[in-house]
Amino acid sequence: MNKVSVIIRREYLTRVRKKSFIIMTLLAPLLMASLVVIMPLMMLSGDKDLKKIAVIQDNTTEFQNVIPDTRNEDFVYLSGTDINDMIKTFDTAGYYGVLYISPRALNNPIIYSKKQPDIALLDHISSSLEKDIEKKKLQEYNIQNLDSILKQIRTNVNPVTKLVDEAGGTTETSTGIAMALAYIGGFLMYMLVFMFGAQVMRGVIEEKVSRVVEVIVSSVKPVQLMMGKIIGVALVGLTQFMIWVILTMGAVAVLKTTILRKTNMTEITQNITQNVMAENQTPAQATASQTAQISPEMAEFSKLFDNAMNQNWTLIILSFIFYFITGYLLYASVFAAIGSAVDNETETQQFMLPVTIPIILGLIVAMGTMQNPDSPIAFWFSLIPLTSPIVMMARIPFGVPAWQIILSMGLMIVTFLAFVWMAAKIYRTGILMYGKKASWKEMWKWLRYSG
Amino acid sequence: MSLFEAKNVTKQFGDFKALDDVSISVPEKCIYGLLGPNGAGKTTLIRIINQITGPDSGTLFLNGKKLMPEDVLTIGYLPEERGLYRKMKVGEEALYFAQLKGLSKAEAMKRLRYWFKKLEMVDWWNKKVEELSKGMQQKVQFITTILHEPKLIIFDEPFTGFDPVNANTIKNEILFLRERGATIIFSTHNMASVEELCDNITLINKGKTILEGRVDEIRNKWAGSEYELVFQGDIKLQENGHFKILSQTVENGKSAIRLSAATDVSTNEILNDVMKSGKVISFNPALPSMNEIFIRVVESRN
Repeated sequence: MNKVSVIIRREYLTRVRKKSFIIMTLLAPLLMASLVVIMPLMMLSGDKDLKKIAVIQDNTTEFQNVIPDTRNEDFVYLSGTDINDMIKTFDTAGYYGVLYISPRALNNPIIYSKKQPDIALLDHISSSLEKDIEKKKLQEYNIQNLDSILKQIRTNVNPVTKLVDEAGGTTETSTGIAMALAYIGGFLMYMLVFMFGAQVMRGVIEEKVSRVVEVIVSSVKPVQLMMGKIIGVALVGLTQFMIWVILTMGAVAVLKTTILRKTNMTEITQNITQNVMAENQTPAQATASQTAQISPEMAEFSKLFDNAMNQNWTLIILSFIFYFITGYLLYASVFAAIGSAVDNETETQQFMLPVTIPIILGLIVAMGTMQNPDSPIAFWFSLIPLTSPIVMMARIPFGVPAWQIILSMGLMIVTFLAFVWMAAKIYRTGILMYGKKASWKEMWKWLRYSG
Repeated sequence: MSLFEAKNVTKQFGDFKALDDVSISVPEKCIYGLLGPNGAGKTTLIRIINQITGPDSGTLFLNGKKLMPEDVLTIGYLPEERGLYRKMKVGEEALYFAQLKGLSKAEAMKRLRYWFKKLEMVDWWNKKVEELSKGMQQKVQFITTILHEPKLIIFDEPFTGFDPVNANTIKNEILFLRERGATIIFSTHNMASVEELCDNITLINKGKTILEGRVDEIRNKWAGSEYELVFQGDIKLQENGHFKILSQTVENGKSAIRLSAATDVSTNEILNDVMKSGKVISFNPALPSMNEIFIRVVESRN
């Protein structure tokens, strides 16, 4: 049997048989599934912490009951209370805050509170007041049947995004879905590369510390040992990932049918839809859709699902596999080189930072990418091989010109080959070097040693 | 005929010359001692023989042919810095190393069964390595080194960690391996075992060969100037221009004296000198131990 495959087999089997691996592999999907199911449940039950907000109008009752109560806030309209007294006592009286509306400064009502009020509350207050004031201004024109006219002209605008391909055909897509995919793709890439890259490093250190390495390299070439380990760990990663995907899907299905049947399914669906839609809607629209009927919402939800299916899944999955393999090989070889240079795990600290920076940077840029997928920063970082696996995965759901993907992949291949080659040279010297304080300078020297 | 030869091997790490024009020639079926103080370059030479690193210049021959990468399958190596995967089971781990040396699984199993039985280790097969004592681990490593029946075996400090009983078992196995036709390179600081086991040695210091040859010849050559005398009774021996007294002990009514003769003084002249001092029981040229030779050669070079 080929020696590298003997090594791959050992690396794979020893890891897969570990108790920690089995527990992690089985527990993670359960955790993930319960998150998927419990999160909407929690949103549904909402904030138990109901905020009471006192509304005080300055010499008017014009705005009585204009601001409707929400799930989390009750608006209590007080009359005959002095605002200055109220500011001193609202806290002890059990109010979250005081809203002060004065006809003299209609555009700037004041909210007094102990804590910074959240943006949803402000939006709710301002949109309610705006609508009321606009309505009153309209009423001054003495238009007949104003109420029914207003009801009739109420519209709800939801832009539909369609991507145009080379042939001129269009596909309906959703920005929300694209963002979710970008986020998941980028983050997953970051997690996998980091987790399994670090596993390679620990494996190399284990071999060096236990002194088993010299026995092995008298039978196989150091680069064979390194590649065997890297590939073995990659297979462990893929195995775990596949099991996670299958188990998570299974667990979600089971939990959905058993737990959720008891609760109001429609309400949950509605909740999810609103959360997705809130991303790309103005507050007014969100409020509008809240008051809308359930059936259009269900339609919206299924449309969202259709849009998700319209994403170019083949491209996403294929590029994910490509960037995972090359990105992992690139970083794992760097991790292997670091592992070979140190005498124990604590010594790795000084080397981890320069390796972590590009990965974290990639993640940050990837998150920013969702706001503007074609910004120069996103463009350059999706070409630079150290960050491209993460950033490009975040860009692809928004559509990337083919030449950029090809260029990025080409650079990635060249770079990962160069990194593996350099890492192998450092590794070969490092694994047999004990007691020498490792440094970047030292590793540079090893790089230039002859075979 | 030499089974293994290294000619003019040089290896440099940065500014440090680990090996400087070193040549060794290991005759077939001999136990060849590779000696030298710490940092002399022994490990580097051994690693070059194992093709773990390559020499900057110089050539290596195995069986008269240039050393090739596939020759690692006919070489066995027990490094000084050795270890096992601690979390693996003993049997699995031994099997793994055997497969890395090119044995098929079935063949490896067959040979492992033989050796585990021979060295009384059958019960350990399913134990984890970390449950074994240091000596037990050494035994496992000894087996993995020789399992593929290499023609050339390199032992670097094979006896460390063994109790006297097990050390003796291993020593006998090494002698047995030679009988069956293996050639052995043996690196150690334990000079008593060099005297006991080695046929030939090379002494390396600071990357250079400073002494080489057959062990008995070397000892005879260095014996030239020292003598051991035993007298009846407690006697006083007078130093003269012919010799110096190195040591004198009195025990059981006998005096044991060690002399160092001046150069160009014959045995007869010394005998003549000492006979007057008392009744001589024995008079022998003293064979210096390898330990003494080692120290003297190395110190004279420093």
